[in-house]
Amino acid sequence: MSAQAKKPELYVLSETAINIVFGTEIDPEIHKRTKKLMDLLEEAPFEWYLECVPSYTGLTVFYDPIKVLRIMGKRDTPSAYVMEKLREKVREIGETTGEEGERAVVTIPVCYEEAFGLDLSHVATENGLSEEEVIRIHTSGEYLVYMIGFAPGFSFLGGMSQKIATPRRSEPRTKIPAGAVGIAGIQTGVYPLETPGGWQLIGQTPLKMFDPNREQPSLLKSGDTVYFKAITRTEFEAYEEGDM
Amino acid sequence: MSLSILKAGLFTTVQDRGRIGFLQHGVLESGAMDRIALQSANAIVGNHENEAVLEMTMNGPEIKVERDSLIAVTGGGMVPTVNGTAYSLGVPLFVPAESTLAFKPVALGYRAYLAVAGSIDVPVVMNSKSTYVRAGIGGFEGRALQKGDRLHIGKKNKEAMKRFDQIAQKADGGVFAENWGANGSLLDRGQQKIRAFPGTHFKQFTAKSRERFFQQAFTVSTQSDRMGYRLQTEEDAPIERQESFSLLSEPVAFGTVQVPSDGQPIVLMADRQTTGGYPRFAQVAAVDLGRFAQFRPNEQVMFEPITFQEAETLYLKQAQAMRERKIGIALKWKDY
Repeated sequence: MSAQAKKPELYVLSETAINIVFGTEIDPEIHKRTKKLMDLLEEAPFEWYLECVPSYTGLTVFYDPIKVLRIMGKRDTPSAYVMEKLREKVREIGETTGEEGERAVVTIPVCYEEAFGLDLSHVATENGLSEEEVIRIHTSGEYLVYMIGFAPGFSFLGGMSQKIATPRRSEPRTKIPAGAVGIAGIQTGVYPLETPGGWQLIGQTPLKMFDPNREQPSLLKSGDTVYFKAITRTEFEAYEEGDM
Repeated sequence: MSLSILKAGLFTTVQDRGRIGFLQHGVLESGAMDRIALQSANAIVGNHENEAVLEMTMNGPEIKVERDSLIAVTGGGMVPTVNGTAYSLGVPLFVPAESTLAFKPVALGYRAYLAVAGSIDVPVVMNSKSTYVRAGIGGFEGRALQKGDRLHIGKKNKEAMKRFDQIAQKADGGVFAENWGANGSLLDRGQQKIRAFPGTHFKQFTAKSRERFFQQAFTVSTQSDRMGYRLQTEEDAPIERQESFSLLSEPVAFGTVQVPSDGQPIVLMADRQTTGGYPRFAQVAAVDLGRFAQFRPNEQVMFEPITFQEAETLYLKQAQAMRERKIGIALKWKDY
């Protein structure tokens, strides 16, 4: 835990949600605290706990005020009671200096060939690189899943090299295929469903990033480590047929 | 099979309380836009208060009811008709097999809820029967209903069965409506304005904008949907920030008022995305969300300031009022 870690701020988002903010930047230290707090809440949930959503900046906790009402003291309000309980949890993680919990490692195969990497040449030109160099840089990075949001299973990954950072397209595409791998600024990520979007597309994965029938519907979750691996078009097609 | 869709209506979907537990996977909450109407409709027919119903928008569907059914329609925007005769919102209604259930538009409100004793039987996907159309998840095949769809009605619980038997006996094979009903919002008789408290970034907007938000009328844009209500300011007076700043996406809630750089507020509704990157100007008090969800495109809405403490107190009072409504309904059924 870095000594300069800011004092977390807690505030109400709505009558049923409290936001805990650890910082305002994309920072692995903030992520570590967020993840720890989330694990703590999920391992032994309070009676009134519904769910939580991690983001770059911290954690939002959703709760049931009616359940709080049943157990809180007379002088409290549900929000004051929940905030106090969450402050205790925040203090608890502040004191833990131990190792992080186990992190799932997911390797995502990507076909960077022209038919999939529609903006690959643009990303290369923009950064004064060859397409091969862009692929090499993209596949040599280690990425951290900070948050899932925007759409089911859409992951916000941090850790991409500044060397291939590229601004969003000025005109978003109306249709991006499921599995498309994109770049936006220093972020990279995978589109789980066919949606509109403005990220620069550099390839596509045959993996199903989101499947409502899986126990964990989103392939990635906050805190996972991600690697990208280049595959050929033949390998991509073999994946699709379930041969690999 | 029990409900056969003859005409789809403008936008009819299966909705319940919504998905809980999957926001961290980016899966929206969804669920009924007007939760008070959802709970009331279910309470009338004896279902669990958060069971699946049909949410109907503006122009309702036309439905062949294939089996004897106990139904209730709550909310606004339309009233039910059975074989051409109109009935009030909120009344327990016995609909004999082979009847045609349709809806007649009325001037007030936008969304009506049809509960059937036994509830709409669709698969539970991630803890909920709610339809999330954009991702094709839940409800009836993940989409709005179409002509030709046939929906199952589930098995009635004990209470729903008891009520069904009671009203069927009275109806004696015909259409029958009770002479009592329960509909409309709770706790806010005469309340016209929508109450809201300051959001996280409220103070970063100009004093003039902060003041204006609670003084001027906004028009509900025709681009509004289950995801969000887009509001247009009167005579081009946008809600402005003191200085521009950029934010990282953070989780948002039902009723969060975001203001993008064009200064036209967006109120996030049931199908909101899980995280949002625009500044959070205000938060609509939960007690008024059901009423707000009944506003139509092109209607004018005005906001009234409230503190979070007041909003929280009203939220708890509304939950208590709903419990009382349920007890009142149960007593009516026992009155035979």
